[in-house]
Amino acid sequence: MKYLHNIGTYFIMIKDMFRKPTKWSVMKTLILKDIDDLIISSLGIVAFISFFVGGVVAIQTSLNISNPLIPKYLVGFATRQSIILEFAPTFISIIMAGKVGSFITSSIGTMRVTEQIDALEVMGINAINYLVFPKFIALTLYPFIISIAMFLGILGGLAACVYGGYGTLEDYIEGVQNDFIPFHMAYAFIKTMLFAFILATIPSFYGYFMKGGALEVGKASTTSFVWTSVVIILVNYLITSLLLG
Amino acid sequence: MIEVKDLHKSFGDAHILKGITTSFEKGKTNLIIGQSGSGKTVFLKCLLGLFTFEQGFISYDGKILSELSHDERRDLRSKMGMVFQGSALFDSMTIAENVMFPLRMFTKQSKGEMEDRVNEVLQRVNLPNAHNKMPSEASGGMQKRVAIARAIVNNPKYLFCDEPNSGLDPKTAIVIDNLIQEITDEYQIITVINSHDMNSVMEIGEKIVFLKDGYKEWEGSKETIFKTDNKAVTDFVYSSELFKKVRRMYIEENE
Repeated sequence: MKYLHNIGTYFIMIKDMFRKPTKWSVMKTLILKDIDDLIISSLGIVAFISFFVGGVVAIQTSLNISNPLIPKYLVGFATRQSIILEFAPTFISIIMAGKVGSFITSSIGTMRVTEQIDALEVMGINAINYLVFPKFIALTLYPFIISIAMFLGILGGLAACVYGGYGTLEDYIEGVQNDFIPFHMAYAFIKTMLFAFILATIPSFYGYFMKGGALEVGKASTTSFVWTSVVIILVNYLITSLLLG
Repeated sequence: MIEVKDLHKSFGDAHILKGITTSFEKGKTNLIIGQSGSGKTVFLKCLLGLFTFEQGFISYDGKILSELSHDERRDLRSKMGMVFQGSALFDSMTIAENVMFPLRMFTKQSKGEMEDRVNEVLQRVNLPNAHNKMPSEASGGMQKRVAIARAIVNNPKYLFCDEPNSGLDPKTAIVIDNLIQEITDEYQIITVINSHDMNSVMEIGEKIVFLKDGYKEWEGSKETIFKTDNKAVTDFVYSSELFKKVRRMYIEENE
């Protein structure tokens, strides 16, 4: 029953996010601040993880090819497919659920605890629009992060493969170019946009509707991470079945 | 005038407000007092429209709160100022930005006009040089004054304060009390304050509503509270020896 109540409240929050919009002069400042907090500040960690995980994927693939009949360019091919189809959109989104999701839940939750949300409501401001909508707009730039993750993941694979002595540059590049299906990029970015929406709204929901004090802010951040990850994984399964199945 | 009639509010099985009827007049400082758990905060949140209620009505200058449309309610709220117990300043904004916030949201003033108004109200609350400080850099008393400045910057008709003196030293508490009373008088607004602080009751209670277990137990002023025989009120207000002596002296002087 509690789950049903939460799901209903979540969808009412989504509806309220588009009601009674905040003045544009105020909203644009909020959007720019959220782009900085959610997108720009995540670039470093995303770049670091993508580069090294790309390298590990290339090494693992190379080490598992023992049959001489399998072409060497398979390392580049497997790395590209893993990165574009799953690692960049899904794995990075799970990491972002931890980084950006916790930030959103704790910042909104702290505003709830310190009565700042009550202050907005008393002033007649639609607090959900004021707090959640700018995050939603900022995260429409999320595909930009995922593009960088894709590029750096493939580059990390190349560096590990060539400089680690697991294959040649020519083989890797041939593998990356081989049998490329453009729809896979569309699939990856459709997923990315859905994950962006989930990343903006589920942590906001847990922050906005939290009750209690400072301890509960921490608990809400953890719960928010768990549920954001669960929903991302479920949506990933559904969208993969629909688009590639 | 704010009128409240037969207000009932429950949370599940817990009946918190049990038929409160009272009114608050323009230019007066109204205090709601009572023990913890007596329903003061719930009553204030009902007045603000943050809580809905099952029975009764609240009207603002003849307009019944529960009958207002979304837009009318929004208009009404833009005429309200609220000072929260913990000040509730936006911690990502400077003090000047906090005070300017209602102007940015609800008026079409130019930046210069808004800055002039912010300077004026910060001067009014005796914080002429605090513009660029962050709320975290301000003391409790300063934060309360900023909260008052933010509440009055848009010329509200109604000012609500939830325990404005909590956590303040006695001297700063008196400064805040006097400031609220001066502003009420100067701007001719309706001020409703939730308070535990007996000093505030004696200093600025032009009208006092005493709540007990969700009922309105007593209503009067700082003058009549000395003379009342209501046991619940005297037990609460004169629980300390100091106030018992003050009461005795007041009665002796007036006899």
